[in-house]
Amino acid sequence: MRDLSIYVHIPFCVRKCRYCDFLSFPGSDQEKETYLELLLTEIEKQAFLYKNHSVISVFIGGGTPSILENGAIKRILDKLNLHFTMDPKAEITVEANPGTLTGQKLSEYRQAGVNRLSIGLQSADEKELRTLGRIHDYRTFLHSYEMARNEGFQNINVDLISAIPGQSIDSYRGTLEKILALAPEHISAYSLIMEEGTWFYEHQQELDFPSEEEDRQLYEITGDMLLASGYMRYEISNYAKAGFECLHNQVYWKRGDYAGFGTGAASMVEEVRWSNPGTMEAYASALQKAETAGAPLHAGEADRLSALRTRFGQNIQYLTRKEQMEEFMFLGLRLTAGISRHDFLKKFGVPIESVYGETLVRLAKEGLLCEEKNMTGSIALTPYGMDISNYVMAQFLLES
Amino acid sequence: MTQTEQSKIRNFCIVAHIDHGKSTLADRIIEKTGLLTSREMQAQVLDNMELERERGITIKAQTVRIIYQAKDGQEYIFNLIDTPGHVDFNYEVSRSLAACDGAILVVDAAQGIEAQTLANVYLALDHDLDVFPVINKIDLPSAEPERVKNEIEDVIGIEAQDAPLISAKNGIGIEDVLEAVVEKIPAPQGSPDNPLQALIFDSVYDAYKGVIVFCRIMEGRIRKGTNIRMMATGAAAEVVEVGYFGPGQFIPCEELSAGMVGYLTASIKNVKDTAVGDTITDVTRPCEQPLPGYKKVNSMVYCGMYPADGAKYPDLRDALEKLKLNDASLNYEPETSIALGFGFRCGFLGLLHLEIIQERLEREYNLDLVTTAPGVIYRVHRTNGEMIELTNPSNLPDPSEIDFMEEPVVAAEIMVTTEYIGSIMQLCQERRGRYVSTEYIEASRALLKYELPLNEIIYDFFDALKSRSRGYASFDYEMKGYEESKLVKLDILINREEVDALSFIVHADSAYERGRRMCEKLKDEIPRHLFEIPIQAAVGGKIIARETVKAMRKDVLAKCYGGDITRKKKLLEKQKEGKKRMRQVGNVEIPQSAFMSVLKLDEN
Repeated sequence: MRDLSIYVHIPFCVRKCRYCDFLSFPGSDQEKETYLELLLTEIEKQAFLYKNHSVISVFIGGGTPSILENGAIKRILDKLNLHFTMDPKAEITVEANPGTLTGQKLSEYRQAGVNRLSIGLQSADEKELRTLGRIHDYRTFLHSYEMARNEGFQNINVDLISAIPGQSIDSYRGTLEKILALAPEHISAYSLIMEEGTWFYEHQQELDFPSEEEDRQLYEITGDMLLASGYMRYEISNYAKAGFECLHNQVYWKRGDYAGFGTGAASMVEEVRWSNPGTMEAYASALQKAETAGAPLHAGEADRLSALRTRFGQNIQYLTRKEQMEEFMFLGLRLTAGISRHDFLKKFGVPIESVYGETLVRLAKEGLLCEEKNMTGSIALTPYGMDISNYVMAQFLLES
Repeated sequence: MTQTEQSKIRNFCIVAHIDHGKSTLADRIIEKTGLLTSREMQAQVLDNMELERERGITIKAQTVRIIYQAKDGQEYIFNLIDTPGHVDFNYEVSRSLAACDGAILVVDAAQGIEAQTLANVYLALDHDLDVFPVINKIDLPSAEPERVKNEIEDVIGIEAQDAPLISAKNGIGIEDVLEAVVEKIPAPQGSPDNPLQALIFDSVYDAYKGVIVFCRIMEGRIRKGTNIRMMATGAAAEVVEVGYFGPGQFIPCEELSAGMVGYLTASIKNVKDTAVGDTITDVTRPCEQPLPGYKKVNSMVYCGMYPADGAKYPDLRDALEKLKLNDASLNYEPETSIALGFGFRCGFLGLLHLEIIQERLEREYNLDLVTTAPGVIYRVHRTNGEMIELTNPSNLPDPSEIDFMEEPVVAAEIMVTTEYIGSIMQLCQERRGRYVSTEYIEASRALLKYELPLNEIIYDFFDALKSRSRGYASFDYEMKGYEESKLVKLDILINREEVDALSFIVHADSAYERGRRMCEKLKDEIPRHLFEIPIQAAVGGKIIARETVKAMRKDVLAKCYGGDITRKKKLLEKQKEGKKRMRQVGNVEIPQSAFMSVLKLDEN
């Protein structure tokens, strides 16, 4: 059996945060119910294509999955349990935003098998929360967090953002101190990036963004304070207590198979990438139309499977060997453990030096990569390399 | 054609300010005389380069012969010579005018007289042309034909009360214009029996026929087999074909005789041999004197042109060679730059000419170019008494070897509504202008005269003029001569290495300001590297301005949502693609856009 991870997208939010450029909208009760039905249909229709897979993680993300009414998350997980082979130890995460969680919902999540909760706090400073356009205050978060603990959640992630307009070193330190006192198992700490099309982008002139100097200072504080409290940085933006690294997240970087369900959800299974239509309408009509995919009759089993798996999708990409190598590098390097020479050789049948030798030497000389010079040795980004990872990763794209 | 009576020929052109409707009127005249249906005329027949249509200007003179059945029952032959409409091409304009006997002056009924109108009218009057005005765009709500008529009489001093009121766009009053041509423009003079004397006013290169020479026969006659000689260049040839200009085509005929306008071919391989303004004569029976007014056209503005992709150098060379076939005023010679590699130093009549060549190279020859800052020709007087004409700032001798330098100065005329006089005068002061005079054309408009250094107007003067007058100012200039000036070479150092392609000559007083702005601009253009990059401006080794591109600190995609890798990869690809278009100077990668961005330094 191959491992499979499942991502389920819930595109609804109470309202859009000012920094957000993901697919989300408020949605009426009726729309939510319609969407849930479509989602369950997709899962049911696709499940047979993963007969040889065993599900090691499920991530229900968004949007705001916790916005869904009582029973919705359970219906999704019941459906998955019914049609997929679930690993008994599978990591099952639901993303939640304070202000949408209730004791009843949390209790239902537990019953449905959810064993990890990811709470979007972003900041413990009331002014910063308002600047971000969040719907909750810090007290509401605390209440949600305590309820989750009371319901028995023993693996909780808290999302934080640094470099918020108006944020000071002191206010950020305050946020970290408050969170460390709560001792969640996992902390995602993102440095804000202004994306085109967001409210922040439109209003950047009026906003007091920290200088780059301050931005980096804030980020250093994150590393220092979290490390001092026993959290290890295992990925560019993720920190965890030993043993609580997010399994699902690592699948993306290690290029494991994952299937995405719902609008806009991305998938990669057996070196084929695709994504679902982004809008409700397109998603619904794709589900209705493509009953069977036109897989060529002479195609092998693998091709037929791929054709069927991608039948509702778009941007279908059969990854070439070159693309696989590129991804191996630029995804693997997001993890602090880096990539292993041995894995490269095993997967591609050639030593990494024969493909990236010159690049590796140059980047090491520039202080961006560190290497262990033995056969199984790993290659990883230095802390500076992490700060400018886009620059480093772009070097691993090969000429076509 | 030989029997055409001279008295039935009218050779004329149309002069106007840009946008006043010159080309549209030309189209209507052609249409009215029945040569083409309006569907056949692809908008403006005479502006037939794609670029000309896009910019709404005439770059190359075009000529067409049309037959008009006049109200007096007679058939007339009109030769309409469309002249280039930009100050860069003033000499070509003057030669085209010399080929005419009269001119139609088109004035916009709403805008009235503009600086260019005046310049063109004076040019026409200088050539002893009979000029009659027409008032165009009378159907515009803002049209004030009476006011404009008075203005024409007051300012230019030509009779305008019976000027045809027309709308070229909507075909109103065109008949009146045609009748006026017959009536007011004199028939050509000259005798077919005199020795041949023909004026070259343009030429085009044709791959099959060689150079096609456009000429006006002043005296004598010319036909197939005539042995001709160009009096200034000395080139000689035997005529293969003569003919006249149909709309969009050449129509061969037996003979061209005094008073006629037409073309000839003589297996001439190079437009250099058929310089505009030169006189053609018959080798066997030459005329005594060439026609007056011939002048060798000199480039006024120079810049370096480099292929973005170094491997395209031979393509650029071939393309320039081909353009040169048709454009004797384009000059180029190979040069090398440390920053940009192999390229050419090219000379142009002006900035518009430069832009046109650049665009044609990019469009017609599919070349991606990097252009260095355009400069004028400076005269450098060395201490040893020698004088050099400097076209590339990199070749400036060591300051210790320079006695003094001179720069070209133009006499400029700016027409502006009175409310903007202050801001335009300020602009001229900033550009080191020397005030000459103000003449009020009417209560609300004035003609400002300034002497300006050419290098102050080749960059963005026109844009600045437009923006400071909300588009109400118009501008014309002519070369005045050279004047001594305190000039220095401004060098740009990136990471302490001089980038030759960014050096330029500037007046000592504006060196600091220009240097500062260059540094600011470059700071935004040069991407961050792993190390800090100082950008410095220096004069004679002394740093006068500095900016710093800080080392790269943050370039990270923090969140990568729901396994959407495609988006991340696109970002990386974009980054890598950007890197490819960089020029390496020392260990700094400079994007090509940086070289271009300094060409247009913003108005504050």
